[in-house]
Amino acid sequence: MARALITMPATAQKGEVVEIRTLIAHPMETGYRRGDEGSVLPRNLIRRFTCVYDGETVFSAELHPAIAANPLIAFSTVATVSGMLTFTWDGDNGFAQTERVAITVT
Amino acid sequence: MKRLAAGACGVAVVGALVWAAVDALAAQAEGVVVNAAEKAASTPAADPRRSGFDAMTAELRAMQQDDASNPGMLWVKDGEALWNRVDGAAGKSCASCHGVATTAMRGVAARYPAFDTVAARPFTLAQRIDACRVRHQQAEPLRAESDARLALEAFVAFQSRGQPIAPPGDPRLEPFRAEGERLYRQRIGQIDLACVQCHDEHAGQRLAGSTIPQAHPTGYPIYRLEWQSAGSLQRRLRGCMSGVRAEPYPYDSQELVALEIYLAKRAEGLKVETPAVRP
Amino acid sequence: MNTRTVRPLRSTTRRALLHTALGLGASIVIRPAAGANAPTLESAIRVFASEAPVKVGRVLLDIAPLVENGNAVPVTVSVESPMTAADHVRRIAIFNELNPQRDVAVFTLGPRAGRAKVATRVRLATSQRLVAVAQLSDGTYWQHAVDVIVTLAACVES
Repeated sequence: MARALITMPATAQKGEVVEIRTLIAHPMETGYRRGDEGSVLPRNLIRRFTCVYDGETVFSAELHPAIAANPLIAFSTVATVSGMLTFTWDGDNGFAQTERVAITVT
Repeated sequence: MKRLAAGACGVAVVGALVWAAVDALAAQAEGVVVNAAEKAASTPAADPRRSGFDAMTAELRAMQQDDASNPGMLWVKDGEALWNRVDGAAGKSCASCHGVATTAMRGVAARYPAFDTVAARPFTLAQRIDACRVRHQQAEPLRAESDARLALEAFVAFQSRGQPIAPPGDPRLEPFRAEGERLYRQRIGQIDLACVQCHDEHAGQRLAGSTIPQAHPTGYPIYRLEWQSAGSLQRRLRGCMSGVRAEPYPYDSQELVALEIYLAKRAEGLKVETPAVRP
Repeated sequence: MNTRTVRPLRSTTRRALLHTALGLGASIVIRPAAGANAPTLESAIRVFASEAPVKVGRVLLDIAPLVENGNAVPVTVSVESPMTAADHVRRIAIFNELNPQRDVAVFTLGPRAGRAKVATRVRLATSQRLVAVAQLSDGTYWQHAVDVIVTLAACVES
């Protein structure tokens, strides 16, 4: 399990735009670099990120090798109901990680 | 986050002592750090020492100061998990003996490297963490530069963030500090350069595209963009040694520990920034 | 990526051409990237926007014009949009000119985003142009291009 850091407010007013910052530990190996022995380091990327909230994918991202290691993805969403936001990262070599963060909407 | 050391009289005195020898070797009038002794003695408020933070672009400084986007925080958070995880035959976690790190480890990293009586030699923070694992947790030591070792080091050092670097006044450290200073001044490698030449005499000037920092270890383990990962001061020192085409000292070698002790004394009073971001 | 070549910017003729081309409402004219068959920035944008013209404006690609290290360059893209069900940003794409691949990322938004603003960190192999393209719910495409200079670290670890 890679370390992930999600920063977002714990509470929000209904209709308020909430800023979300996500960080995840991942080398995002491009497949273009060579190791010390000269052989190419195999590509190992996170390909996709999604945020599901209140029954819908409210944000998603398709990532390519040009995204830096330990990717930061920052976006926003409208606070609708109290509940969980589910964040998923999927990538090469079966990489799949899910984090859930609760929000209370008043 | 405040970056610059306060120009207190205490710092000025220490500065004068530390830089007296450096000043004697100064060749370049341009070396900011070299003239620190005179400046510090005459105008205590004008400590010319600067963290590498100050030379960074606004974007990188913002990256370091925002815990939500500082990649080094991934290691700090990992370290927090490791702090609380039972490991080793003794069935303990760090927390079992130390309790909550925010109180127990506050200021600790700022006082490392420190002399370890049992081992009868100085330890860096990482070595001390390993010693704890072996002696008290009956766990395996962690491999140098492993994510686990970096994470624990980052988490413990994070508890000193904002505190001034405060090397212990332990006289047992003095021979090692002197050895570190000797190594700092020694020309090495095919390129035949000593640390002092770039980092004291030419600090603030440019080497290719980059500004030469004064090389104060204020934020280790740092997240270095060049590494795309967190890394220790020793990794950075070894990188510099490779840069002058010298054979790098092995991790945890006496030489690297001595250099860490010297650099900590040289940076005394500057604030801990862990986890720092550097290009 | 750790490509160490630094290419000189041949910006004046290219920019003059660009201004002329955009003034005529034409699509971007950029010189092809290295390699005979490497897709150009223009063709990558064309794949994203298919037949639609890509106009300049409404999008702000916020990135430092001078970057010390190309390994993790902060980028923020924002689009002027009310983000309502009737009028919102559907997707934001970022493309580069001289990395091994043109694509950087494609973000899918929608009215529930609340604000059309995304941020990430990108890798830049060398000094080059970056373009952000937004697809709006009315089917129009808008873009903003920025030239970035990347100075590389001096002492590179082996």
